[in-house]
Amino acid sequence: MALLEVKDLHARVEEKEILRGLNLTINPGEVHAIMGPNGSGKSTLSYVLAGKDDYEVTGGSATLEGEDLLELEPDERAAKGLFLAFQYPIEIPGVASMTFLRTAVNAVRKKRGEEELSTPDFLRLVREKAKELSINQDMLKRPVNVGFSGGEKKRNEILQMAMLEPKMCVLDETDSGLDIDALKIVADGVNRLRAKNRGFLVITHYQRLLDHIVPDVVHVMAKGRIVRTGGPELAHELEAKGYAGYENAA
Amino acid sequence: MNAEVKIMRTAAEMAYTDALSALPANEPVRALREKALRLFTEKGLPHRRVEEWKYTDLRALIREMPPLARGADKAAIAEAKKSAVLAKIGAREITFVNGAFVAELSDLEAIEKGLSIRTLGDALKRSADVAALLAKINPNKYDAVFALNTAALNEGVVIEVAPGAQIAKPIHIRHVVTGTAPVSVFGRALVTVGTKAQATIVQSHTGPDAVAYQTNTVLQLSLADDAELDIVRVQAEGDKAIHLSMMIGAIGEESRFRSFALTTGAAVSRHTVPFAYAGKDARALIAGATLLRGKQHADVTLEVDHALPGGESRELFKTVLDDETRGVFQGLIIVRPDAQKTDGRMMSASLLLGENAEMDNKPELEIFADDVQCAHGATTGALDDDLMFYLRARGIPKKEAESLLIQSFFGEAIETIQNEKIQESVMARAAKWLGERSVK
Ligand SMILES: Nc1ncnc2c1ncn2[C@@H]1O[C@H](COP(=O)(O)OP(=O)(O)O)[C@@H](O)[C@H]1O
Ligand SMILES: [Mg+2]
Repeated sequence: MALLEVKDLHARVEEKEILRGLNLTINPGEVHAIMGPNGSGKSTLSYVLAGKDDYEVTGGSATLEGEDLLELEPDERAAKGLFLAFQYPIEIPGVASMTFLRTAVNAVRKKRGEEELSTPDFLRLVREKAKELSINQDMLKRPVNVGFSGGEKKRNEILQMAMLEPKMCVLDETDSGLDIDALKIVADGVNRLRAKNRGFLVITHYQRLLDHIVPDVVHVMAKGRIVRTGGPELAHELEAKGYAGYENAA
Repeated sequence: MNAEVKIMRTAAEMAYTDALSALPANEPVRALREKALRLFTEKGLPHRRVEEWKYTDLRALIREMPPLARGADKAAIAEAKKSAVLAKIGAREITFVNGAFVAELSDLEAIEKGLSIRTLGDALKRSADVAALLAKINPNKYDAVFALNTAALNEGVVIEVAPGAQIAKPIHIRHVVTGTAPVSVFGRALVTVGTKAQATIVQSHTGPDAVAYQTNTVLQLSLADDAELDIVRVQAEGDKAIHLSMMIGAIGEESRFRSFALTTGAAVSRHTVPFAYAGKDARALIAGATLLRGKQHADVTLEVDHALPGGESRELFKTVLDDETRGVFQGLIIVRPDAQKTDGRMMSASLLLGENAEMDNKPELEIFADDVQCAHGATTGALDDDLMFYLRARGIPKKEAESLLIQSFFGEAIETIQNEKIQESVMARAAKWLGERSVK
């Protein structure tokens, strides 16, 4: 069974149709990339999958392991195994990173019928994952994302992803604003999580990230639809030729 | 127009006058009480045309006066025993049940050197200076609520910290109301902290739900030069109660004062804080968190009066308004001509959770000195949708996500409590409030 199956998805925000019949199938173990010009609806797709209120689905379906995603609350989707690494992670003043991570991990474990992690087990796990992502302990003592640099915020997203052990990871422009070192750390973090039962949807504007996270399938999105699908070579072609041909493709 | 408008008294106002004039008085305060009662009879309960009471119209809110509480019998004491508030903070507890001091629920053993704790009833019988201290505040000085409290002066507690004494163990004044019949309860606490002395005082108010009782308590504080005092107040009255309280403070030169008030109780409450800088270079923090649900109405009114130079004041109030609640924050900072170099900062932030909740903020500065730094701010907002989505996208269910955000909102005020155990205990009470919230 497909891990993520999106069929003829239509969605709008404030009366404006953004997704206009989008189809996408991701099988367990696959890494798909979506590339496309700004404003083509990539973030909208990620928000619709994660369940953000502002977007109204007007047609089509999205399932995770055969289960209707669109009926679920955002937290239920997360518990089922969907994870969205945000393009713009937000700051949560007054909520300590550790409290946040622990609340999230235990909420998800509870819904999955697993036992909550004990304090020592939780701390051990966070330290290990944080170290792999070069996130120092001081950062974790601060409120979530408050005072973090752009790169730190993105690494923090990957830390959350690693802690929550999702099945389907959607990364929305995780590479934007990263220098080459930070990009490598993030890419290594993602690659460590690649597994035969886990799928990835890597949204990016640039081919650069895909040198490090090598995709199985590359899609081009324009005006709310997938307009072309190919292998990794498609990313290189886009890098060379740009999106000029796609602006009006749909 | 005829200037001689005939004042109509409400049933409640007349009941107050009758009940309090019939109340036996301790001789040293008889004259003071009579004066206060006359004043109340003239003024009546404050109503919305009295500027400071614009948002809390007591004349409309108080329809009747329940009979004066008759102290604590065995059943009341047994009931009070069960009500534990901030029980684990390692404090010395002084308990009043229905206004009466209860020795068996109070710990007056092994009082530290330099600390004196007496009941007001006792103190009035023995020492003239306590009566003098009470008489220092002319009942005319504040509002009718204070006049009522003065007219009822009978029982309470007198806590004195001698110069230089450092009292590490917190003193917890508990006001407990019991029973199923509505009563009126009055109380006064006098606290004086001597030069270079230090103490921590907790005051809690609890009572039964579903009983329309009324409490009126005044905490009268005075700090000598270089003294240090922490006050933590927990108002957790029953859900039908009317709670009127005042904290009247005067602080001496280079003294340090911090206070925090958690308000979760009562149908209607008003906490008034007239606070005066009586010496130069004194510092005060007046903070609070008010958590409301149902149809609660809670009013916090501060008047911080800088009369001398170099004073620093910080006011931080957080109000969380669920359902159809109404919150009021009025804060006035006065900087008199001599109070140069005053540094005052006042903030009232409110979080509206209920669609029909309402907050009235009225921050004011009255500045008569030129070399000062004063600022105030007031914000009102709902929970941030983007923050909520971020938390929920990480698997945190709606109620828990809301709780995290609400806690982070009021946490800033609770974190001003210096004593760790008290801070934890107050935070736990606030968290309990969150746990009881129903999510729409
Ligand atoms: N919350 C929103 N309100 C109004 N318009 C939006 C909102 N989110 C996205 N859009 C519009 O939808 C279109 C697609 O945006 P987006 O999904 O962010 O594209 P991409 O991520 O591919 O750059 C844009 O025209 C954008 O202006
Ligand atoms: Mg985008």
